[in-house]
Amino acid sequence: MAMESSSKVLVYRRVRAEKSKPRPILKKVLFYLLLIVGASIMLIPFLWMISTSLKPSGATMVLPPEFIPNQPTTQNYEQVTQQFPMMRFLWNSLLVAVLTTIGQMIFSSMAAYAFARMQFRGRDKLFLLYLATMMVPTQVTMIPQFILIKQFGWLDSYPGLIVPTMFAVFGTFLMRQAMLSIPRELEEAAFMDGANHFQVFYKVCLPLIKPMLAALGIFTFMQSWNNFLWPLIVISNQELATLPLGLSLLQGRWSTDWGLMMAGVVISVLPILIVYLFAQKYFIQGMTMSGMKE
Amino acid sequence: MVGMTKRKTLFWLGVFLLPNLIGFLTFIGAPIVSSLIISFTDWDLLGEMQFTGFENYIRLVQDPEFWVAFRNTFLFILGYIPLVLIFGLACALLLNKQMKFRAFFRATFFLPVITSWVAVSLVWKWLYNPEYGLINYALSTVGIDGPMWLNDPDTAMIGIILTSAWKDIGFVMVLFLGGLQNISPSFYEAASIDGAGKARQLWNITIPLLAPTTFFVTIISMINSFQVFDQVMIMTGGGPGGSTVVMVQNIYNHAFRYFDMGYASAMSWALFLVIFLFTWIQMKYQDKGAN
Repeated sequence: MAMESSSKVLVYRRVRAEKSKPRPILKKVLFYLLLIVGASIMLIPFLWMISTSLKPSGATMVLPPEFIPNQPTTQNYEQVTQQFPMMRFLWNSLLVAVLTTIGQMIFSSMAAYAFARMQFRGRDKLFLLYLATMMVPTQVTMIPQFILIKQFGWLDSYPGLIVPTMFAVFGTFLMRQAMLSIPRELEEAAFMDGANHFQVFYKVCLPLIKPMLAALGIFTFMQSWNNFLWPLIVISNQELATLPLGLSLLQGRWSTDWGLMMAGVVISVLPILIVYLFAQKYFIQGMTMSGMKE
Repeated sequence: MVGMTKRKTLFWLGVFLLPNLIGFLTFIGAPIVSSLIISFTDWDLLGEMQFTGFENYIRLVQDPEFWVAFRNTFLFILGYIPLVLIFGLACALLLNKQMKFRAFFRATFFLPVITSWVAVSLVWKWLYNPEYGLINYALSTVGIDGPMWLNDPDTAMIGIILTSAWKDIGFVMVLFLGGLQNISPSFYEAASIDGAGKARQLWNITIPLLAPTTFFVTIISMINSFQVFDQVMIMTGGGPGGSTVVMVQNIYNHAFRYFDMGYASAMSWALFLVIFLFTWIQMKYQDKGAN
């Protein structure tokens, strides 16, 4: 942050300098300075998180703060994984996110095929009903959903965490949009060759909507991975907590041991960060599509 | 023959549609209907469900707690939306040209978007620490005695707003980048031939032509921010002194802490109504603006 404010002063000077004498080199410097200031604001919290997690317990609460730990140690990571089932949370999150994503991708692309490529009575009315429910916020459905899960005996269970989140209408909506863009001739040719609906769906339609399907997959995975409210409602057994819920429990237990907490946060952020580095394009696409939700 | 194909079609329809339809009706359709019914009852999950007519809704209108949460949520939106719009657009403008490290900067600005609210909230809670937090340390180096941030009713909401904006700027940036790509370069060429400077071009070309994107971003940000919950729950829990209690937190408390299902359901429909109303007003305003 100190670096930021000093660079802000620099930017200010550059602006004044430029007003008097516009020079392309100065313009370029100013431009990159602005970008670097912006990027620093975005990165510093992450760097501070990592730095704190590597400090021995006595070194977090000191002034002036150590930006780079004087004696870096992994003791916080050891302690947080020993005293808290962090690896268990990680596994729960992974399992829930993967199964939710697979379920969402299968169910919504199949229903989308029916809505986009098949003829049946009441099709458009039924789809309109689907769309109408998208306006209702999740807070309305979560109470009856909780009661339902309780009736099923699914409180404190994986099905309780996973099943209700697999049927988000948004996925069906998105896949239908993608399927509508496929030209009729392609599937007609396949039907002529004696293919059935499943073969047309699997061999003709799915390959053509692959990028959209991938984006939906990433979007669903992230939503599930980061979901806090639903696990908070259905899970009370610590062994079944996902990472966000686990972190909130961690906060309840060690609210002042920042080194330990930051180590927990790093463990929770790292997996999605690694996936992000490799599939950046799909992440941005998937999130942008989420904007189309309303 | 015709009967055969019809039966076959019905079979395939069942295969493709039924799994999703059953899930949809069970976990979305039925809950919406039952939530509406529950909102007209008094029910604690254990005892008999008592129909009470509009009592929950009348109680809601008279409940100061509800209005405090409404006001806080509204304050959050008032602070959050201008911040993400201005800085999201600024980042998009900076990144909307060919340059070195473009992919790096875009990925960096987007980084907070993929991180969970819980993780972000914990990191910022530490940054806001009044004594040892990085923010107050930075302020102290320039001679400012930093506020108590999340521990002070006057600044707690500001802290939540800043964190939320920080997390979502990258998301808004990406949406604006999409909008900027749709503006034809010929507008700018014509403008520079006419001698319009960069600032004029921004004001007279970019901003008006981005209006649909801006409108879209405003609506979805608003809908999302009426549902603000995670960051409040982690950073302040609604405190200090109820200064950051938001609408969803009220619903959560009444449903899952006090098991007052009827009242909580009524609150959730009030939330729906508020979101619906504000979206509708904006759509209306947008139509007028376009004419």
